[in-house]
Amino acid sequence: MVTVESIRTFIRENMVSNHRNAVLGDDDDIFKLGFVSSMTALKLVNFVETECGVTVDNDDLDVSTFSTVNRIVAFIERKLGTTLAR
Amino acid sequence: MKLRLTAEQEAVVGRARAFASSRLRPRVAEFDEAGVPREIVLALGREGLLGALVPADLGGSPLDAVTWGLVTEEIGKVCCNTRYLLTVHASIVAGTLARWGSRAQKAAWLPALASGEVVGAFALSEPETGSDAANVRTRYDASEGGFRIEGRKRWTTFGAMADVFLVLARRGDEATAFLVERDRPNVHVKPIRDILAGRGSHLAEIHFDGVDIPKENIVGSLGAGFRYVCSTALDIGRYSVAWAAVGVAQGALEAMSTYAGRREQFGQRLHEFQLVKAMIADAVTDVHAARALCMHAGLLRDKRDPDAMIESSIAKQFAARVATRVTADALQVHGAYGLLHGGVAEMLFREARALSIIEGSTQIQQLVIGVHGAKAYGEGTHET
Repeated sequence: MVTVESIRTFIRENMVSNHRNAVLGDDDDIFKLGFVSSMTALKLVNFVETECGVTVDNDDLDVSTFSTVNRIVAFIERKLGTTLAR
Repeated sequence: MKLRLTAEQEAVVGRARAFASSRLRPRVAEFDEAGVPREIVLALGREGLLGALVPADLGGSPLDAVTWGLVTEEIGKVCCNTRYLLTVHASIVAGTLARWGSRAQKAAWLPALASGEVVGAFALSEPETGSDAANVRTRYDASEGGFRIEGRKRWTTFGAMADVFLVLARRGDEATAFLVERDRPNVHVKPIRDILAGRGSHLAEIHFDGVDIPKENIVGSLGAGFRYVCSTALDIGRYSVAWAAVGVAQGALEAMSTYAGRREQFGQRLHEFQLVKAMIADAVTDVHAARALCMHAGLLRDKRDPDAMIESSIAKQFAARVATRVTADALQVHGAYGLLHGGVAEMLFREARALSIIEGSTQIQQLVIGVHGAKAYGEGTHET
């Protein structure tokens, strides 16, 4: 089951460049920080769908939906109707 | 890699092979000059070869990624111009719409795309914007009831035939994808002719000279155009072009081997000369390796594996290079006959060249793969 930590890990492991000393806060915008590419963005959608069992629909593609760890968590929790383990 | 196909998969691939042999091969040169005709689009639709990425309940005939790739190879081996239809119309437009279209858009467009009654094209590249696709210059602004699109697209494959365009446009920092019907006022289509490859693929420049569209034509959502919609389209396209390159290389290998078995010089058939054997051996190895990479990517795509996208890039980059190498050797083996316009070796040689440029040039793929490689194989790079 996906957890908040597994989402953090996914983003960290899929950052565009090797930000060896980068610190990613749960409210940091991963796109504005340049941590993820468009390819990673799709990978993130795929991760959310396959790991969490939720479907990302066309109207879920709001620019902000997947922009921070906390927003991703909120999206998954809303779709699943449950709270993810912290 | 020899993947065992199921009887069902074999049947679909066999159908594509038979179609290519009976309907395409006799008219390849004609299509290269005059363009792939509508009748072929509709015939492909009747064969169920345009609905691979369309759900069955919307008129599609869904295929797994490997079977779809093998179908693309079979068509692409014989007629690259027709194969462009599979890449752009059946893969990029239908596949992206199936993924990110609204329920109404899917119901309105997917059955007609699957049947071939409607042709779709992907209007992304522009006169000044190619690889840097996120920074298209085509603009949109709010207008009464929707949006107004202004800009020019170029290199739009099947654009001259298309009934509907999937268009990426910007408003400030925001990029959004739209469906734009060709019959809307102020859409102007200018065919592009006299090009090295894809001569029969209805390439066109599309002018959107203040085209009003309703908000219902947004694909995905406002601002999701590049990051999600366009990225999906490009990912699907990369996978398709990887298989297209395998098809071109396989076609060149067959042409080279056949010619080398018939032509005699110095009292021997060409394939008895060691230097010709070397070219055939390299081609066989290259084609097998490229196909294996494509199959690997296809299997990952079907499993929705996180690495499916990068593996599609790897397959595309490698297969496009293989197509360039093998078609060059095929032309060399054909000697002066290889230079004849309209010959198999000459056509495949021309077509191969385009595959290293379209759907992400080889150099763009290298940048992406390089970043992936540095992370995936570099020691300790995941520490934060």
